[in-house]
Amino acid sequence: MSTEPAVRIRDLRKAYGAIQAVDGISFEVAPGQIFGLLGPNGAGKTTTLRCLCTLERPDAGELFVSGVSVTADPRTVRRYLGYVSQEIALDKILTGRELLHLQADLYHLPSAVARTRIGEAIELLGLTERANDRIKTYSGGMMKRLDLAAGLLHNPRVLVLDEPTVGLDIQSRLSVWAFLRELRERGIAVLLTSHYLEEIDMLASQVAIIDRGRVIAQGTPEELKRRVGGERVTLRIREFSPAEEAHRAADALRALPFVKEVIINESQGNALYLVVAAEDPLSTVPALREALSQRGLPLFGVAQSRPSLDDVFLAATGQTLQDADLAGTQTGKKKKK
Amino acid sequence: MSNSLSPSSNAFTRTEEIPVGGAGAQFFQETAALTRRLFIQLARRPSAFAGSIIQSLLWLFLFSALFAQAPRGTFGVGGEYIQFLAAGIIVFAAFGGALNAGVPLIFDREFGFLNRLLVAPLVSRTSIIFASALFIVSTTLVQALLIAIASFAMGATFASGPLGALVVALTVTLLVFGIAALSMGLAFALPGHIEMLACIFVINLPLIFSSTALAPMRFMPDWMKVVASLNPLTYAIEPIRYLYLHGDWLLTAPVVETFWGPVSLASCLLILTVFDLVAFALVGTVLKKKLS
Repeated sequence: MSTEPAVRIRDLRKAYGAIQAVDGISFEVAPGQIFGLLGPNGAGKTTTLRCLCTLERPDAGELFVSGVSVTADPRTVRRYLGYVSQEIALDKILTGRELLHLQADLYHLPSAVARTRIGEAIELLGLTERANDRIKTYSGGMMKRLDLAAGLLHNPRVLVLDEPTVGLDIQSRLSVWAFLRELRERGIAVLLTSHYLEEIDMLASQVAIIDRGRVIAQGTPEELKRRVGGERVTLRIREFSPAEEAHRAADALRALPFVKEVIINESQGNALYLVVAAEDPLSTVPALREALSQRGLPLFGVAQSRPSLDDVFLAATGQTLQDADLAGTQTGKKKKK
Repeated sequence: MSNSLSPSSNAFTRTEEIPVGGAGAQFFQETAALTRRLFIQLARRPSAFAGSIIQSLLWLFLFSALFAQAPRGTFGVGGEYIQFLAAGIIVFAAFGGALNAGVPLIFDREFGFLNRLLVAPLVSRTSIIFASALFIVSTTLVQALLIAIASFAMGATFASGPLGALVVALTVTLLVFGIAALSMGLAFALPGHIEMLACIFVINLPLIFSSTALAPMRFMPDWMKVVASLNPLTYAIEPIRYLYLHGDWLLTAPVVETFWGPVSLASCLLILTVFDLVAFALVGTVLKKKLS
């Protein structure tokens, strides 16, 4: 196997009219690696993948798959890639097996090879019993699995998955995860986007966090979380605190010497999110409670946590991923055709 | 970083994918697969095709009744109006079918299925257009045969025998290829299916009525003769009509008196061929512009 990275993207830029969807993104995916692109809606994840998969022409930048330039030799790149888009796009009047046959022919597999691969893909994704039924009778999870099977059929070097578990029930999500782990065992590189933190944290060995068309942090999930550092305590004054009260509490807590940072999480009922300098964060609770009661504020609940990828995002952007998601939804929708 | 490239006997282990066969064989494979999909759709969802057959038979029935009392010879044919009309309705149906060729494509675009084709290493994306044209040609030929049978039952006889019938099939094929290609081009160029349907609506009947489908060229005022002489449908209708009427047919025989003079059967076929080439070139340009 060559030492070329499976995917190399350098300074990719793509604008839709006035919206700069991708604004200088660079990253590399090693062969056999699961690489996660994490970011809120409208951050530029899908656009990056569309440029890589030859569906969009980049304004600037270089994209290579196994050392082959996407813009110079798109046909070879298409053969190297398997792309499963976010929206499930299947011809529902076909049976699962017919769809896979169509896919095999579009990738010019010899018919004997196609038959073997289709059989295996159907088995791998647990579609054996329903393979000869029309796709319109499938559940959402089954359709997604069929779509994944189709993407895998021609043995791509890189499988590109855009939000593979969005809108799926827990059962289907688990089976997609199991499938991705299986691919990792087999040495197929996977580039996947998600705005589910846990998903990326759990599956990916490398992560690039994207916001507003730029990579704001990159590394292994552990590295990124370690880099942010600090122990975390989440305080709730009430189950749902009024904003004014939360702000007063935040001011009171910021005055404490061991509190490094206080963030009010609006999407969590104005919970207070603290980064504290203490070996044992829970040992700070009496002091926190004291500071609150001096201002006449109650304490409803306390929780301790390790830094998460959300904290990485928060540290880089000053916004939680969830809030960015809500803010990004408007711009994110506009560019889709 | 876990780059475990564990070897396994499974077919999904990384092996180099060198497809067998040359570009020609690959083009055939992808075109055949896309055509097969259209036929599966037809078999499982036949209502559109059935509807268009019923519609063309209704046109045949209603138009022939409309002029049933016209004096014999009015339309320059020996028999009744149906003898004149059959060729017009065959082309009417073929044209309608071909004009709608882009509709499934535009839905593929809207539902995202087209992306599946665009990320695949197709030898040429014209295979998408080619498959659709092949499909429409075969359904249209079936439809033409049914119209010919119905017209025969209504009194229209076909004079020029099996070889003449082959020329009819060729004429229909040439027309359908060009129109279907243009329709596919529209499906790529227009924003969505609403615009597509509006476009078809505007093009369909006016092109029929400004051809010689329902009445001969000499009935028309000069301005309309010009329009009909520029209308590609005229060059499909008149050869078929000629073959309907003449047992002793010749490729060199003039089949239509256009605004600029007579045009022979062979020239009509040549004009349709040129029309196809222009249509394919045009659509190729649209494809390049829209898809790269």
